[in-house]
Amino acid sequence: MIKEVLARIQQGHRTSRYPLEAPNLPDRFRGAPALDPSRCSDTCNQCVEACPTDALRVEGTRIALDMGRCLFCTECMTACEAGAVTLTKEYRLAARHREDLVVTQGYEPRRKALDEKTRRLFGRSLKLRQVSAGGCNACEADVNVLGTLVFDLGRFGIQMVASPRHADGILVTGPVTENMSLALRKTYDAVPSPKIVIAVGACAISGGPYIDHGEVKNGVDSMLPVDLYVPGCPPHPFTILDGLLGLLDRLGESASSRQARVDAV
Amino acid sequence: MTSGKPPLVSDADPKSESARVVGTDVAFAQLRNAQSMATDSIPSLAFSEFRLAIVNAPRQHRRIAALFGASVANQVKLYCVLAGDSEGLLYVGSAVVDGGSFASMTDDCLQANLFEREIAEEWGIVPEGHPWLKPVRFVRARRANAEGQRKLPESQSGIRAMEFYRVEGEEVHEVAVGPVHAGVIEPGHFRFQCHGEQVLHLEISLGYQHRGVERALLTSPARRALPYMETVAGDTTIGHASAYCQAIEALAASRVSGRAYALRAIALELERLANHVGGLGALANDVGYLPTASFCGRLRGDFLNLTAALCGSRFGRGFVRPGGVGFDVSTDECKNLMDRLDAAQRDVKNAVNLLWETPSVQARFEGTGALSQQSAEELGLVGVAARACGLERDVRHDFPSGFFRLTQIPMSVAQTGDVFARAYVRWLEIQRSYAFIREQLQRLPSGAILSTCSRPQPNRFCVSLIEGWRGEICHVAMTDSEGRFASYKIVDPSFHNWTGLAIALRNQQISDFPLCNKSFDLSYCGHDL
Repeated sequence: MIKEVLARIQQGHRTSRYPLEAPNLPDRFRGAPALDPSRCSDTCNQCVEACPTDALRVEGTRIALDMGRCLFCTECMTACEAGAVTLTKEYRLAARHREDLVVTQGYEPRRKALDEKTRRLFGRSLKLRQVSAGGCNACEADVNVLGTLVFDLGRFGIQMVASPRHADGILVTGPVTENMSLALRKTYDAVPSPKIVIAVGACAISGGPYIDHGEVKNGVDSMLPVDLYVPGCPPHPFTILDGLLGLLDRLGESASSRQARVDAV
Repeated sequence: MTSGKPPLVSDADPKSESARVVGTDVAFAQLRNAQSMATDSIPSLAFSEFRLAIVNAPRQHRRIAALFGASVANQVKLYCVLAGDSEGLLYVGSAVVDGGSFASMTDDCLQANLFEREIAEEWGIVPEGHPWLKPVRFVRARRANAEGQRKLPESQSGIRAMEFYRVEGEEVHEVAVGPVHAGVIEPGHFRFQCHGEQVLHLEISLGYQHRGVERALLTSPARRALPYMETVAGDTTIGHASAYCQAIEALAASRVSGRAYALRAIALELERLANHVGGLGALANDVGYLPTASFCGRLRGDFLNLTAALCGSRFGRGFVRPGGVGFDVSTDECKNLMDRLDAAQRDVKNAVNLLWETPSVQARFEGTGALSQQSAEELGLVGVAARACGLERDVRHDFPSGFFRLTQIPMSVAQTGDVFARAYVRWLEIQRSYAFIREQLQRLPSGAILSTCSRPQPNRFCVSLIEGWRGEICHVAMTDSEGRFASYKIVDPSFHNWTGLAIALRNQQISDFPLCNKSFDLSYCGHDL
């Protein structure tokens, strides 16, 4: 026992202070894109041609990047000599609606909380069943890591549970392979209503690199209604955590409103 | 440099190397890892000769690294790559399958089992006499074949539970698990035949993760290739991307700088560190020893974050590219990486040593899920699972390519083949990978990190092996007359090793399944492709 206690002392306290403090991301972190269409020339199509997943579209001098397809791979940045496409260090990428993932210029976080009724149900306790439906184990790993002491998902009242019958919703990774679609459907059906669906990663949102393969269904919303999209390939754990907390309105606003109430007393 | 190993950049004409093997065995052509040869210099044998060469291979201490079909002039041609670990040589041969069937090799060479099932499913041809012919991934055949479809109707009608090997008798019962499991892991189906708590037989049925990677490599735009490789098995992004780039570079006869090779090797070992540390933590969790489970969960992330410091992605996305690597490190960054590596390693040592010092952990590890060396050899296991059974197999040592031609990492081997051995091999590898990375960061070769990689040459064949953290990653690429892929075969180490897990479970307590499963730590998507 003494060895464990000594080890515990050596290992130290490692839980991040997020959301009170901003997360410490690597210098080379590739987050939300920022587009500057004023640098585009009429005839240039290089970013579009470089993109492995057709996430970029150019219409005249307008460019649009769909983060739901984006692998954050920098091919477009490298291809664009004018510097119209850059990837910023912004990690807050999650959105409630598919169309909110499309960036046309600069980027501002677009998360929105669940409606008040659902939030009252799940706001302080959200149990999720994770389903990997063709995921490559990168999204799965970075969802799993939220359970470690660094992120300590449990302190926010969110927990991954073993059975869909104990869950308030499902968190899906992978492009939804044909071979997993029945199991995904059955898992969803086994979750008691009301329930939510969260799609994590480019594959789960759009099919990612596997878009339009006959073996996959191009993401979760081809068969289930999705309440939260978390882009990335894979999304950083803080991107996923930000999405979950935003959904439950547990970021910023609630802390300040609480302070206002404290002050009022 | 060890004598007999190929130089860092080979100028030799590959054709001269691909001399035919003379001896008692049938003539397969010889080649080395990451060396290309003209496709037409691969011996095209009569099927009986081809079969004999494969069946005899284990006796000569050669094993099947890849066995697959390709469409050649409207016929299915089988290609086989045999690996001679102690010789450092690969052997390749081919044979056309006449009609809709061929004589199965599985009864004479167990390693052919899954490969034959895969060929049957993909090409609609039947290995006659296969002892347990079932689909591997439940995919539609690439080629219609009336005889094959009649004998393999299951593949055509989607994935489902089908007939499993059954043990019958009083008090024998069956346990079905999956595809959706309790934890945050990938899907697969496990069917146990049990007598009480004792497992008599385990059958593993996968395919749920099948995304069609190999087929798409031949038809999708070239810009998709790298994302496919990086997501074949996402926890082995560096491993599979390196195997792909190495194959492309060999096919194109392009050169890569020493600095890029060194950075690739560092990234490969960082990937090994992250996964091994995470794996040991998960093993601790499975025996209910929470201190190490908790510490290693954090430490795994520290190693992933080192990879993120290199390239911005915790899994190394975009780091390895054809022609070199996408990101360089400055001297200051090397220093910073080294300091962070040292700090993480100090805590890993502290966390992992708790495992070896705790009798209750050792009691659960020792003797659980033991696999004999003979079984491991017969099944053709690779990587950690093989080395834990005393088999000296490590691509970095036996088939060195890239930076491993210049620097060796000692091979980590254990003898008992149980959960303890697999855990201990991983611990040895953690220490050796750490020492390797530290050494390389101090003396990185200078030079450019990325050179232009030209297009693959037409009608070439190449085998590219990389020792990923699970074991041997084998990519076999063939180009057509215009330099496009005519065939691309991916063999993840999991494809060899899943059968090892099934055999290791025999006569174990069913409650030890999670522990045994975690000790093999295999990939579902790497298997399913």
